[in-house]
Amino acid sequence: MPKLLSGAKIVFKALEDQKVEYIFGYPGGAVLPIYDELKNHKSIKHILARHEQGAGHSAEGYARSSGKPGVLLVTSGPGATNAVTALTDAYMDSVPLVCISGQVPTHLIGTDAFQECDTTGITRPCTKHNWLVKDVNDLSRVLHLAFEVATTGRPGPVLVDIPKDIQFKKGKYKFFKNTLKKKLNGKASKKISNSELDKFIDLIKKSSKPIFYTGGGVINSGPEASKHLRELVSLTGFPITSTLQGLGAYPGDDPQFLGMLGMHGTYEANNAMHDCDLMINIGARFDDRITGKVDEFSPGSKKIHVDIDPSSIGKNIKVDLAIVSDVTELLEALNKRFKEKNKNFVSSNKQKTSKWWEQIGKWREKKSLNFINSNKVIKPQHAVQRLYELTKNQDTFITTEVGQHQMWAAQHYKFNKPNRWMTSGGLGTMGYGLPAAIGVQIANPGKLVVDIAGEASVLMTMQEMSTAVQYRLPIKIFILNNEYMGMVRQWQELLHEKNYSESYTAALPDFVKLAESYGCVGIRAKTPEELDEKIQEMINVDKPVIFDCVVDKAENCFPMIPSGKPHNQMILGPEEEEQISDEGKILV
Amino acid sequence: MAKSKSAYSVPGKIGKIERHIIVVWVDNEAGVLARIAGLFSGRGYNIESLAVAEVDKKKHISRITIVTEGTPQVIEQINLQLKKLVPVHKVADFKRGEKDILFRELALFKILGNSKKIEKVKKICKKFNPVILDKTNKSLVIQVTALRAEIDKLALDLKSLGLISTSRTGAVAMTKGPKTFN
Repeated sequence: MPKLLSGAKIVFKALEDQKVEYIFGYPGGAVLPIYDELKNHKSIKHILARHEQGAGHSAEGYARSSGKPGVLLVTSGPGATNAVTALTDAYMDSVPLVCISGQVPTHLIGTDAFQECDTTGITRPCTKHNWLVKDVNDLSRVLHLAFEVATTGRPGPVLVDIPKDIQFKKGKYKFFKNTLKKKLNGKASKKISNSELDKFIDLIKKSSKPIFYTGGGVINSGPEASKHLRELVSLTGFPITSTLQGLGAYPGDDPQFLGMLGMHGTYEANNAMHDCDLMINIGARFDDRITGKVDEFSPGSKKIHVDIDPSSIGKNIKVDLAIVSDVTELLEALNKRFKEKNKNFVSSNKQKTSKWWEQIGKWREKKSLNFINSNKVIKPQHAVQRLYELTKNQDTFITTEVGQHQMWAAQHYKFNKPNRWMTSGGLGTMGYGLPAAIGVQIANPGKLVVDIAGEASVLMTMQEMSTAVQYRLPIKIFILNNEYMGMVRQWQELLHEKNYSESYTAALPDFVKLAESYGCVGIRAKTPEELDEKIQEMINVDKPVIFDCVVDKAENCFPMIPSGKPHNQMILGPEEEEQISDEGKILV
Repeated sequence: MAKSKSAYSVPGKIGKIERHIIVVWVDNEAGVLARIAGLFSGRGYNIESLAVAEVDKKKHISRITIVTEGTPQVIEQINLQLKKLVPVHKVADFKRGEKDILFRELALFKILGNSKKIEKVKKICKKFNPVILDKTNKSLVIQVTALRAEIDKLALDLKSLGLISTSRTGAVAMTKGPKTFN
């Protein structure tokens, strides 16, 4: 007869068998038996957050920068509801998370007991799947299945709700592997057929105005996918643009890269998307911030869509060739087949796409990321550029909060490797970046981790600085402080007649003193002159830093596609380009 | 057009609305119906009727029949999203009006009235496989099985004959001939 273990022991046994090294969590009444067991499992380290949302975003940062699932442990009731924002964030951005929540004892479920809530009911729409475990003998099967669901197909969060009595009860443990008989995302995994590949290659060969449009699916597929993507782009000689989540899959400083596309993407990327005759979407989902007005989205192009999730294909935009596949598998097969039959494609095809590249060159001349720099106040774009210049020679990881600073970071920081850029794209969660940076630093000890933040966002999860200090995680919180909720202010200026309703934060804390009170280092930069020196100081400190970068309060984020407009009608700057003098232009 | 103040795009053209019957085989576990219903409500899809019961006691498989309406794109999304749910085994989808499919809905009617009225009721219901489930000298409970529109009409006709209570199921469906859904 197998040895019987308590539910709490089974939890750790399963985590050990899943090779989990870190749990992000916060204790409470309904998970105490699990916390009690923690001391007996030395290979698993618990990171104590200051709020369950922080624990969740830390787990996300850990997952996105390491490629491993993030594990979250919270108590019942408020513990679970506080984790909901992080779970939804992970759901929208396809981040594998396993959340274990405590629940009131089985016999009290449904009685409105202390710290009871319908956790599986509340988290049903924001997880790939969730379970309420009512029999301790189900626990090991459910936990292993949870890891499988979270990490296969299109990754995402799952939740396992364990009542307190189940944590005490004794049951059998078994390591289940591949319990899921069918493929998770609807379609059984099938081999990519040669006819699909030939159609793909045929479209590539026929095109004279092609573009690659790649997304987070390339990152999620693993570092191999980026290698194959780079090979394909160089084999074809085609231009490439990326979504916010896909940044880093292709080198940001490569001449074939047109920059990010979308609402705040570059002029050349958006115009190329609009005018192309072939759009090759690899691992992106035609999000509404990308397509703008659907009816006028890239009207003249054939579209190829590669996605692991069949429900992402045809959801927003109809396509001509749909391939349900993991990006790595598809690109590996495609490159192989392409190389077999098309030697020297780039040189033989040069003529065909030369006009297209010429046109792209004209769009590039607009230099849509330009801004008027100042020698009196720090322009936020300039701050991001300086940060990039001073950190590009080391392996740097960037997280962000949500808003103008996030878009400036995406526009002006150039990523060369996957898994170096962690931002909340789908849900747009203010307060994501600081706790995410904690998770990133844990997964990547010794590396430079910077949260490019806004002062409004970062205050939403500021309490997590205490976590960073406790675990000696030298994260750098680089705040572009304009005292406004900048993106809200920008929309109010452009669309609501400058009625800045509630977007100004009075009574902000002194961030330098705040840093000191947490036991970390506070640095403030007020002028462009001192900026470089202060950034260097921040990089050199081996402690967590809050950097208060005082920037221009009224700067807007351009270029932008106004609402309801197609891609070829971008606004480039405040008064379009007339106002911008050549001397004032910063070339990007 | 007035200048849009929204950060979201304006809606595009809406396709033609079709009525579909979607059959889903699921593990009969706690919360499974909430998952299906939540998917529909969460994504703004519409459930016109729903019928669900366990059809395989050994494997605990339930068969859910959902009548829904939407554009072809929405119907495709419903199918694909349903297939992604962990407890869903398979999904079959067909258009209302397809020839090879049989549908039935069941209704119970309670009628109050004298024997003359009750005779009339029986006559009207004759075409719809009537079964008398309960009868007293002033009331009748009658069961009919028919298509949705037929039951709609029947209920209307019975109103003047003393119909005081109606209970109806959602549609259930099956293919004609030897083949089954797959």
